[in-house]
Amino acid sequence: MAEEIQKSEPELERAAEPAKIEPPVVAASLPIKLEPDMPLLRIEAVAKKFGNFRAVDHVSLDVRAGEFFALLGPSGCGKTTLLRMLAGFETPDEGRILLGGKDIAHVLPHERPVNMMFQNYALFPHLSVRDNIAFGLKRAGMARVDIETRVAEMMALVRLEGMEKRKPDQLSGGQRQRVALARALARRPQVLLLDEPLAALDKKLRESTQRELMELQRRLGMTFIVVTHDQEEAMTMASRIGVMDAGRLDQVATPRDLYEAPASRWIAEFVGDINLFEGQPGAAEGGRLAVSTRDAGTLYVTEPRKALKGAVSVAIRPEKVKLSRRAPAVDEANAFNRLEGTITDVSYLGGQTTYKVKLDSGATVSSTMANTTRIVDAYLAGQRVVAWFTSDDCLVLDQ
Amino acid sequence: MSARRIFARPARFAAIAPYLWMVLFFLVPFGFVLKIALSQTAIAQPPYVPVFDFMGGREAITAALEQLSFDNFKLLVSDDLYILSYLRSLTVALVSTAILLLIGYPIAYGMARLPQRWQPVAMMLVIVPFWTSFLIRIYAWINILQHDGLLNTVLLKLHLVSAPLVWLSTDSAMYIGIVYSYLPFMILPLYATLAKMDVSLLEAAADLGASPRQAFWQVTVPLSLPGVGAGALLCFIPIVGEFVIPDLLAGSDAMMIGQTLWLEFFTNKDWPVASAVAVVLLVLLVAPLLLYERLQHRQLEAR
Ligand SMILES: Nc1ncnc2c1ncn2[C@@H]1O[C@H](COP(=O)(O)OP(=O)(O)O)[C@@H](O)[C@H]1O
Ligand SMILES: [Mg+2]
Repeated sequence: MAEEIQKSEPELERAAEPAKIEPPVVAASLPIKLEPDMPLLRIEAVAKKFGNFRAVDHVSLDVRAGEFFALLGPSGCGKTTLLRMLAGFETPDEGRILLGGKDIAHVLPHERPVNMMFQNYALFPHLSVRDNIAFGLKRAGMARVDIETRVAEMMALVRLEGMEKRKPDQLSGGQRQRVALARALARRPQVLLLDEPLAALDKKLRESTQRELMELQRRLGMTFIVVTHDQEEAMTMASRIGVMDAGRLDQVATPRDLYEAPASRWIAEFVGDINLFEGQPGAAEGGRLAVSTRDAGTLYVTEPRKALKGAVSVAIRPEKVKLSRRAPAVDEANAFNRLEGTITDVSYLGGQTTYKVKLDSGATVSSTMANTTRIVDAYLAGQRVVAWFTSDDCLVLDQ
Repeated sequence: MSARRIFARPARFAAIAPYLWMVLFFLVPFGFVLKIALSQTAIAQPPYVPVFDFMGGREAITAALEQLSFDNFKLLVSDDLYILSYLRSLTVALVSTAILLLIGYPIAYGMARLPQRWQPVAMMLVIVPFWTSFLIRIYAWINILQHDGLLNTVLLKLHLVSAPLVWLSTDSAMYIGIVYSYLPFMILPLYATLAKMDVSLLEAAADLGASPRQAFWQVTVPLSLPGVGAGALLCFIPIVGEFVIPDLLAGSDAMMIGQTLWLEFFTNKDWPVASAVAVVLLVLLVAPLLLYERLQHRQLEAR
C-alpha cells in the first residue's frame, strides 16, 4: 500500500494532462440550462418521515454547479435519507427538489441525471470490473466503440488499468471503492452523490483517496455531494459543509467558518474540540463584553454582532489557549483572559501536545500547543501555569 | 491417551461417514443391480441366472462370470419401446421443469419481496401440502379432474366451455399432477437465492439508468441462476423417473421409463431387463448432474 501512495502523486500529474473533459453526454435526459446565479440543485423544505420518525426535517439547501459539498452529521441524523431523496430512492413527503430549475422530486431514479456511489459500493458481483463500469453506458444506449473508449478512460482515471476482467470479489477494498467511483462517474452525471465514500478504507488509504477525490472533482468540474460523519474528512475535501443533526440542517458554511464561527454550541462541540464556560453576559465596553462565568471568573470577549438573550457559553478552541509560567502583560497580545491552574494531563501527539489544566474552580481547560522545537521544554503534570487567550479568540454561543 | 486422539476419532468418522453411506447404500446396491442387468432371465428363484455360488470355489465363480453378457443392454437399444420411453421421460421432465420454472419463479420472487414478517407465512403455505400423503393428493386430483369433477364444474359455470372436457388419462392431467407435486421443490431454492439478494444492487441498477424491467433481467435473473439450477435439478431428476403420477393421471398409450421398468419387473417378471433399464436411467441422470457440478465449479473458479 505504501507503494500505492508513493506513486499516486506523479500518476495524478500525468493523468491530469487531458484535462479537457467534454460536457455530459449520457445523462442529458434533463437538458440543464442554468441562469446566472441559479443554483444547480435547490432543496426546498424537504421533509421525510418513517412512520412517526422525522428522518429529514424541512431541509433547505442550495448547491452551486461545480461545488464540492459535504453533508456532515452524526450517524442516524438523516444524511443518507436526504441523499437517497436526491437520487430518487425515497420520495419526499414535503418540499421540492429542483435540479437546474426543474422539480425532480417525483422523477424515477433511472431517469435522473444524477448518479450515486453507494456506501457499500453495491457493485454487481456477477459482472467484471469492465462490465460494471459499462453498465450505465449500455443502459444509455451508447455506441459500443464509445463505451469501450469511455470505460478505458474511466479505468485510467481511477488507476485500475489491467483489472478489467476481474470480478468485484477479486478486488481489495480500495480497488472496489475505485470501481464504484468509476461506475458512478462514467455517465458524467450533473451531480455525483457519494455516501460515506471512504468509510470502509483504512486511515492512510483514506487520506490519499481524499486528495484524489478532490483532484478528480476539480478536473471534471462536476458537482459532488458527499455524505460523511467524519468532520476532518468533510473539512479536508469540501468547499462548503452542511451540518445535520436529528434530521435538521443546522448550519451551512465553509470549513473555516464552521470551525471558527459555529452557529451553535452543539456544532462547536461536534466540529473539533472546544472549551466551554457557561455564564451571564454583563456590560460591554470598548468593543469588549464581560461575561461572568461560574468556572473561570470574568471573561472578556469581542462583542458579538447579534444581541444576546440570557445565559451564554464562552467557547474557545484548545489551540487558541496558550500556556506560560507567568501571566503575560495585558496590553501584550490582548491577553485579557488569564486563568491560573495546575497541569493534570499531558498528551504528546508528535506534532502537538495537548495539556489539561485544572483551574482552581475545579473546571478543566484544554490547551494544544505545536511542538515547534525538538528540545523538550514542555510543561509537566503538577506544574502551576497560566492559561491565557485573547478576547478575539473567544466565541459567544447561546446555551 | 492424548486429548488429540480422543477428538480425532469422531472427526475422522465424520469425514468418512458420507463415503461409507455412499458405498453401503448406493454402490453396493448398484453393484447388485448391475450384476442382475448382466444376467439372463430364467424360470427359477431368483428369476435369473447365473447365481453366484460362493461355496463352489473359484471355478464356480469363474463359470458364473463367463455367463454374464450385455444382451439386455443390446435389447434396450434395439427395441423402440425402451428408446421411446426414455425419450418420453426426458421430454416430460423437460417440459415440466420449464413450466415449473415459469410458475415457480414469479411465486418465489413475490415471496422474497413480501414484508419480512410475512415471508415465513408464505413459506409455510408452500410447505403445508407435504403434510398430506402424496398419494392422497394425487387421488384428490383424480377427483377434481374427472368428468363431473370440480374443474369441469367450474369451467361450465364460468361458461368457458359448453361441454365437460376430458382431463383424466391425458397428458394435461399428468402435467397438472407433476407441476402441482413438484412446485415446492422449485420454489424453495429460488426463494432462498432471491431472498438473500442485496436490494441495493437493484437501486444501483436504477441509479445507472436501468428501468425496473432491465434491472430484473440484468441483475436479478443472473444473480438467481444458482437457485434456478438447483430448483431445475431438484425437479428434473425425480420427474424423469416418475412412476405414480403418469400411471394414475396419464393415458396408457405412451409410457414413461418408470412405467416401463415397472412393467418389466412386475408384469413380465424380467428382472435382468428391468435392471438394465434402471442402470441406463441412472447413467442418463448422472450426466446432467455432472454437468451442473462442472458449471458450479467453473463459477467458483471465476470468483
Ligand atoms: N427505510 C427506513 N425505514 C425506517 N427508518 C429508517 C429508514 N431509513 C432510515 N431510517 C431511519 O432514519 C434515520 C436516519 O437514517 P440515515 O439517513 O440512514 O442516517 P445517516 O445516514 O445520517 O446515518 C435513522 O434513525 C434510521 O434508523
Ligand atoms: Mg448513512
